[in-house]
Amino acid sequence: MISSVDDVFNFSDYGALIALLHNSIIAGALLGLIGGLIGVFVMMRDLSFAVHGISELSFAGASLALLIGVDVVAGSVVGSLAAALIFGALGVRARERSSIIGVLMPFGLGLGVLFLSLYKGRAANKFGLLTGQIVSIDDPGLIWLSVVSVVVLAALAVLWRPLMFATVDPEIAAARGVPVRLLSPVFMIVLGLTVAMSVKTIGALLVLALLVTPAAAAMRVTVSMLWVPVLSVVFATVSMVGGIMLALGGRLPISPYITTISFAIYLGCRLVGRIRARRGWAARPSPEHRTPALTA
Amino acid sequence: MTTPTAPLTPALELAGASLAHGHRVLWRDLDLRVAPGEFIAVLGANGSGKTSMLRAILGEQELTSGTVRVAGRVVRRGSRQVGYVPQRIAIDPVTPIRARDLVRLGVDGHRWGTGIVGVARARRRVQELLESVGASAFGDAPVSQLSGGELQRVRIAEALAGDPALLLCDEPLAALDLAQAQTVVSLLDARRRERGTALLFVTHDINAVLGAADRVLYLASGRFRLGAPDEVLTSAGLSELYGAPVDVFHTQGRVIVVAATDPGAAQHDPHIPEHVLTGEPS
Repeated sequence: MISSVDDVFNFSDYGALIALLHNSIIAGALLGLIGGLIGVFVMMRDLSFAVHGISELSFAGASLALLIGVDVVAGSVVGSLAAALIFGALGVRARERSSIIGVLMPFGLGLGVLFLSLYKGRAANKFGLLTGQIVSIDDPGLIWLSVVSVVVLAALAVLWRPLMFATVDPEIAAARGVPVRLLSPVFMIVLGLTVAMSVKTIGALLVLALLVTPAAAAMRVTVSMLWVPVLSVVFATVSMVGGIMLALGGRLPISPYITTISFAIYLGCRLVGRIRARRGWAARPSPEHRTPALTA
Repeated sequence: MTTPTAPLTPALELAGASLAHGHRVLWRDLDLRVAPGEFIAVLGANGSGKTSMLRAILGEQELTSGTVRVAGRVVRRGSRQVGYVPQRIAIDPVTPIRARDLVRLGVDGHRWGTGIVGVARARRRVQELLESVGASAFGDAPVSQLSGGELQRVRIAEALAGDPALLLCDEPLAALDLAQAQTVVSLLDARRRERGTALLFVTHDINAVLGAADRVLYLASGRFRLGAPDEVLTSAGLSELYGAPVDVFHTQGRVIVVAATDPGAAQHDPHIPEHVLTGEPS
């Protein structure tokens, strides 16, 4: 019993471990930042299932890279982008998209399992792709992540307003000259890059904990266009960095810590949201304002 | 507000405009000059090309022939001179967005960037717009909690954000009850009188706009009639337009359009609108 608790939490020599694994903590913070921001659009554009599908194909790409001995992150990025572009191009309507994802996802997962079973290297590498690995972030890995994060942040900085307009109110956005149809595949590419980066750290099976849960939690407690992304980033970063810090003290994979923190935040936000909904969302002084006299 | 005055550039000018989908002609040789501040009601059955006309004016659909000019300029996509209130309220009810945020998107949502620069000015503009449609009381409410009438007013504010010369409204009253519909119409009527915004207002329900509209454009069977409501909405006029006998009754300030022949025959004619078939004031 005691030894299994030791597996989960063991904080002797903690300072030395943090110094050793500061790469992972930086990686966690970067992923929290881009994952939290992308998650807002994932929720608003109803792409949760697509994220799951992209991560499985990203896993297939990474497994193939591992098998043929090329850079795993590169393989993961290629798999991700291929999936994102296929989903973006073939599935314009939500229903259509779901069926395409449902078809491609098991195929990708199957390919990944095939590649991994052919791979003769370290078993930890195999398992890490599915459930994440704390020690997997070496210096080249961190450089990859930093470069991709800068690309994703720059893309979001440029696209933010028109993407939000196209997401919320596509018809008026199109009338105002927003290239609504072009933005869709462009966003899928940015999403694909983010998923590829997340797969390496928290694993293909658990990417949703980073790209969906924090944004979903934020939307439970606020409806402000400013506060949803801010809270989503805070929740994602707390889950990632907090999960890594806790994982340092045990011998388990990183993912359960991240997913548990992420889920706990979500539960907390649901509770707060429910209390808020019962009190009313404010900003409505009194019921007669529902049909106020014309003031224009 | 009745006739275009010569020195003013028309808010909208359609010249020799025709639109066909394949062999089916929706309307042809349409000449329409809309003066600033003029209120034009566009009537006609489903499929008579009303929404297509709006799409052509937005630059999203090419005319088969003819030209569209808005405020003197050949139309192009994304023009600030055209505001648009679409038929479908496409906003997902779970979208976490306040009324104020929606109007903000109308103000600068089409620009690249995050919008953090210039946020103070945008906020003031949003407040002005909310006040101009009487929506400041629920500016901070989530869009999902607005009533149909409230949401429609917020969307009008969103469409007016660019201070357009012409506002296109596609069935903005469709989901509203009578009181809400009246509020929206008088709001738009006040806007065009005070600010000179021309209105092209597509509707099924002529009675909702009868007091406000200067002219009526009635589309049917590939043809159209254009003129003052009293001139267009006559038994003779609409019978000619439909190529079938149609009766128009004026009663208690309302107009009722009914098919004069037996309803069974009329039902096979796809061009005759619902309110003609049912005889009900739709």
